[in-house]
Amino acid sequence: MQQTSYVPIFPDQASGFAWQVDLLYFYLILISVAFTIPIVLAIFFFAIKYREKEKFGVGAEIHGSMALEATWSFIPFVVSMTIFLGGAVVYYNQFTPPKDAMEIYVVGKQWMWKAQHQTGQREINELHVPVGRDVKLTMTTEDVIHDFFVPAFRTKADIVPGRYTYLWFNATKPGKYHLFCAEYCGLNHSGMGGWVYVMEQRDFDNWLSGNVSGQTPVEEGRDLFQNKLGCASCHAGGPAQRGAKLENMFGKDVKLVGGQTAKFDDEYIRNSILNPTSQIVEGYQPIMPTFKGQVNEQQLLSLVAYIKSLSGVTGSTTSGGTTGGGPTGTANTSSNPSVGTNANSLTPRRADRGQQGVAPGSNPNAPRSTSGPANRQ
Amino acid sequence: MQNVDAINVEKYGRPEMNYLSNGHTVKSWLLTKDHKRIAIMYLISVSVFFLIGGTYASVIRLELLTPASDLLNTGTYNKVFTQHGIMMVFFFLIPAIPAVLGNFLLPIMIGAKDLALPRVNLLSLYIYWLGGAFALWGLMQGGVDTGWTFYTPYSTTFSNTYVMAVGLGIFINGFSSILTGLNFIVTTHTMRAPGMTWFRLPLFVWAMYATSLVMILGTPVIAITVLLLALERLAHVGIFDPTIGGDPILFQHMFWFYSHPAVYIMILPGMGVVSELISNFSRKKIFGYEFIAFSSIAIAVFGFLVWGHHLFVSGQSVYAGMVFSFLTMVVAVPSAIKVFNWTATLYKGQISYDTPMLYGLGFIGLFLIGGLTGLFLGSMGLVVHLTDTYFVIAHFHYVMVGGQVVAYLGGIHYWWPKMTGKMYSEFWGKISAMLVFVGFNLTFFPQFILGYLGMPRRYASYPEEFQVLNIFSTAGASVLAIGLVMPVIYLTKSLISGKDAGANPWMLPGLEWRTSSPPPTENFLIKPVVTWEAYDFSEENGLDIEDHLTRREVAPTI
Repeated sequence: MQQTSYVPIFPDQASGFAWQVDLLYFYLILISVAFTIPIVLAIFFFAIKYREKEKFGVGAEIHGSMALEATWSFIPFVVSMTIFLGGAVVYYNQFTPPKDAMEIYVVGKQWMWKAQHQTGQREINELHVPVGRDVKLTMTTEDVIHDFFVPAFRTKADIVPGRYTYLWFNATKPGKYHLFCAEYCGLNHSGMGGWVYVMEQRDFDNWLSGNVSGQTPVEEGRDLFQNKLGCASCHAGGPAQRGAKLENMFGKDVKLVGGQTAKFDDEYIRNSILNPTSQIVEGYQPIMPTFKGQVNEQQLLSLVAYIKSLSGVTGSTTSGGTTGGGPTGTANTSSNPSVGTNANSLTPRRADRGQQGVAPGSNPNAPRSTSGPANRQ
Repeated sequence: MQNVDAINVEKYGRPEMNYLSNGHTVKSWLLTKDHKRIAIMYLISVSVFFLIGGTYASVIRLELLTPASDLLNTGTYNKVFTQHGIMMVFFFLIPAIPAVLGNFLLPIMIGAKDLALPRVNLLSLYIYWLGGAFALWGLMQGGVDTGWTFYTPYSTTFSNTYVMAVGLGIFINGFSSILTGLNFIVTTHTMRAPGMTWFRLPLFVWAMYATSLVMILGTPVIAITVLLLALERLAHVGIFDPTIGGDPILFQHMFWFYSHPAVYIMILPGMGVVSELISNFSRKKIFGYEFIAFSSIAIAVFGFLVWGHHLFVSGQSVYAGMVFSFLTMVVAVPSAIKVFNWTATLYKGQISYDTPMLYGLGFIGLFLIGGLTGLFLGSMGLVVHLTDTYFVIAHFHYVMVGGQVVAYLGGIHYWWPKMTGKMYSEFWGKISAMLVFVGFNLTFFPQFILGYLGMPRRYASYPEEFQVLNIFSTAGASVLAIGLVMPVIYLTKSLISGKDAGANPWMLPGLEWRTSSPPPTENFLIKPVVTWEAYDFSEENGLDIEDHLTRREVAPTI
């Protein structure tokens, strides 16, 4: 986006824990310098002072020194432990999302990012988030491994087929930041990028209201559950209930046939839809057919959202979470005029994907535009 | 064998026949059991693969000169970086020092007439050629685009390239490593000359021993992994692809269970070479011999326990990550011990600056940066940001190129007079060593900054703000390429017009310098008996160089 006339050497710092990562970085640079300078100086000093005085002269006979060996084993060990501990603390922060975080679903596929907000807005290769809110991404992929990487947030996570992975951040500075796919994913890997727009709350609310499209995940999930997939015929409760109880189960432990227990979480719900016989709840028969191949990742996420809502768990409301934002008009939402059409024109259906120009196999050798998502349409 | 008898007749003379002049037919090379001839054939083979890998590297740097993918389309670029990695890792870095320098020198350094299993040694070369042929065939058919890491399910289900041909090449090539490692271990245990105790072994032999342990314990795992990958790709047995019941992270565990220890296969031999260079060109005993020897073993052992640090962002549990991060930090300690001991060895030495020593000192500096940036990548909070970026690229090139390749070049220059009997041009040697050092740093240091800025690896095109640093990098690569091509020219020239090196051009006490250059087929005219410690320059051990030169040139002390 912005043309910089200088050579950048340090990335934007735009998330709650970014300073911690940077602090670690500077600490390690300090350690590196503290080790490198004396060693390099010693090498130069020795190299000059003890250069060959006579051809094939013989150096002093020194075998070694236990005290020195102990010192230079102990000091690096202690230093490396401080690095380990510092890294572990920051890592824990990076991968422990706050409980009340606003949840957004992200599905990766070769070679695009699809995001869906709890209020139903869908985006491709873009992600709009409000400043100052904890945001948790629940992510999966329809094909190979990808990796959601926002350098300005100092975090990334692989998204792995067959499971959910999570990423969270609290954006601290409005702006437009690079989104990269960091795990090699095939032909157009380097084109699988986009932008994260961090907006003041008020601008974000405006963006939300201008972009409502279709159903929310819970609505879509309910539709699938009750009508399209017919889950309700066994799981809806009442006298006809043959499937396991779903209401108010989320987060609890489920007793399985065979004595094991499983935690009723996102992964459990997903797995129970795709491989229903792998985790049979105690007291039920293994009669549920698999829905593998009948639901895509997007629909699975919606089903998960709906089943969670049966336990009163919602992915947090998307608007009004903070105090309406500070001074408005400063956020650079205006830099993104294409958002409305972009999000509205997209649906997650497989059949529609061919029209997007980024579907697999469609003109793969086309030169990639490096100038942002607006050119993708 | 009649040749050997002929040599032994003249016990105290210069041998009439050395290993090079002992037979000139193609058959005498292809059916040789002489470890030195096998080493020379390995030298030529790995050089060919290095040339191929280096050509790919040049193409990568040219493509990255501009942000758009204009020189190559993305599909071709993906194949180019994949093949650069595969050629360099499996067919150059892993065999380079063990199969060339180790093969040539390990028996001589311990006073043996050959490796314990000479036929197995020749077999390992043929296996290497067969593996290489499959890989090259795959490349010529159209190449492979999975990255050298072959991550699933991309490699099993999605890639339409020649994964199986190249995979088969890697599978076969692994057995070459295993046989070499096995041979070295058996040889070190059974073939040491009388008096050559374990703690009199040159540190290069210790490093080879540690490397061999990793080779025979680790390489079978990559063979299994490639086999499972083939099973899934060809027969659709669900192992790694979740849509047919597999687990893609399982592949990463198995791949790195070999490939992280393989990193130590690639660096330990380099450390061994550098221990030789630093001690011998300081003309004094190495500082802390036992600590350097055991740190090699420690690295080999702990190297098996840290593979999970490649999976910090793969959804691995936080607590598993912590264990791997802790162990990674522990591995840093033996590496630090080596660097400190090398530096201390210089103290009160008589340091000469021949070409090999320039490479040796360059190694310490580059390995220092490579090792310290490894700490960045072992620190979990930081690696989340850094992994899969150019920071990782820069880090492992500092270790692999700044470490192993620089050490390999240092070793080639150091032992070139022994291997060929000829001296190369010191002048051009020093120029090329300095070009490699400067060019290398200019190529890869900017990539650390690019990495922290967030430029992901394996990108054919990149945002414009990263261009300036990429231009630096490409400029450095040009200098590096010149520095790497020069030795090919002046070393080849030395074969034709180089001065005779004599048995001991550097006046050094190691056993390899106590036989003629090039050595006779069975290395020594008479069986050596070792009465001195490693790197012993003192006079009472018959190593007053001036007085004993003639005698030592002829034969070892008995």
